[in-house]
Amino acid sequence: MSDKKIIPGYHLTLGITMFFVSLFLFIPLAAFLLYSAGMGLEKFLQAATDYRNVHAYLLSFGCAFAAAVINCVFGLILAWVLVRYDFKGKRIMDAMIDLPFALPTAIAGIALTTLYAENGWVGQFFYAIGIPSAFSPMGITIALIFVGIPFVARSVQPVLKELDPQLEEAAQLFGADNLTIFRRVILPELVSPLMTGFALAFSRGIGEYGSVVFIAGNMPFETEIAPLMIMTKLEQFDYQSAAAIAIVMMVLSLAILLSIHSWQSHKLRSIGAIN
Amino acid sequence: MREPKSIRRLLIFLAAAFLFLMLILPLILVAVEALSKGWSVYIQALTEPYAIKALGLTIEATVLAVALNTIFGIASAWLLTKFDFRGKNLLGSLIDLPFAISPVVAGLFFIMLFGRMSPIYSTLQDFHVAIVFAVPGVILATVFVTFPFITRELIPVMESQGRSEEEAATTMGADGWTIFRKVTLPNIKWGLSYGIILCTARAMGEFGAVSVVSGHIRGRTNTLPLHIEILYNEYNFTAAFAVASILVILAIVVLILRNIVEARGVKAQ
Repeated sequence: MSDKKIIPGYHLTLGITMFFVSLFLFIPLAAFLLYSAGMGLEKFLQAATDYRNVHAYLLSFGCAFAAAVINCVFGLILAWVLVRYDFKGKRIMDAMIDLPFALPTAIAGIALTTLYAENGWVGQFFYAIGIPSAFSPMGITIALIFVGIPFVARSVQPVLKELDPQLEEAAQLFGADNLTIFRRVILPELVSPLMTGFALAFSRGIGEYGSVVFIAGNMPFETEIAPLMIMTKLEQFDYQSAAAIAIVMMVLSLAILLSIHSWQSHKLRSIGAIN
Repeated sequence: MREPKSIRRLLIFLAAAFLFLMLILPLILVAVEALSKGWSVYIQALTEPYAIKALGLTIEATVLAVALNTIFGIASAWLLTKFDFRGKNLLGSLIDLPFAISPVVAGLFFIMLFGRMSPIYSTLQDFHVAIVFAVPGVILATVFVTFPFITRELIPVMESQGRSEEEAATTMGADGWTIFRKVTLPNIKWGLSYGIILCTARAMGEFGAVSVVSGHIRGRTNTLPLHIEILYNEYNFTAAFAVASILVILAIVVLILRNIVEARGVKAQ
């Protein structure tokens, strides 16, 4: 194998890479696992299944899921409009989609809270019809929609751009109407990038803290998210509970990412089998 | 497929309404709130000593995190695209790990490593080295959350370039550093710039991980986002939004740079 390494720098780059990976990933992760292993199963189960914590996981997952679903709809619309239509302000719209990547999450948090609170510019309309749009699960979901939108739009956009227009033309010649073409020709191609965007937005949403913590209201058993519970436990110097919650979050989000990934490769394989 | 004009208009309207409500309105709100008590209050909030200190720490952490991640990003992308070795795929996925981990959990890792319950805590104490609840912790946490950013931008670019140019240069007797500077760098410069821009944006705005490790010591371990949180929680909204407006301007600069770099990159291909 070593005779294939014609280009110089193998040992140098391997050394640098392993140094960084060890210092910033392995050693911190190992310290965390070591500490967690020391707490014992009983304490872990007790902290992990505490009712207040379970409520927090469910809330985090539920809101992240809802936000990711909504982002799939609007991400698809945004990508569609940007790829297929020409209109004024299109370039600015395209650039704006990345704002959530560029804007610090805490700023998104305080701005969205002020907007969607009871006397906020947008919130006043929701509160007038009896919907609390801040300090509620809906507020958390709004923050997670903000954070997640670029993941879906940016996954779908390149695929939509690469679609072969001949397929649509052929379908049209066979007399298919627009809805049928969209459902049978275009949508199947977009399922995979939509799932990728969904998975990225979902997993980001589960762990998101900065944008959510302000709009959530943080009421026990109501609007406490899982990352906030870790913060709370740390402030009480209850490191064991913090570690237990972190383990549950990591296992659950890894399970989600892996199941979406395997579903995707299964899907790709089945398409390959048809061809 | 040519959908009717009404549907086109509806979709464009939906897209624009979504962007306006979710992305543009928050920016306008930051500007309005920041200036709600006039320019003098605005300037005062920005020139207050704690704000200046927080800006200093944010710049320090961002510069260091970006510099470290640039070195790591180039080295790991070179390693993963120019060579074949066992465990390559595993290493590639490990580098992505910070994307799947909540920033708060990342902060917790460093607390477990350097904090009071750590086996090395007493040794650190003996040497008077403070890492968590101090500046080094802030920098470590920032590097962790931005870890994959530059590698992820470089790997696809370097993969598509292949190895033949570097191999040819090697056969002609060029050393590694010359090959990197003369052959590789011109090909990856836009991808690298793009990665650095993304990394800078995330590093200057990181909140969750830094919040865990910093200890929120005013004037010492507070970054700008943490300073904004404190002001906001003290109901000092005008000052919070004034400081926030600085980061909003930086975010817009990032978006503009990103677009320039992307356009140049497309043209170069």
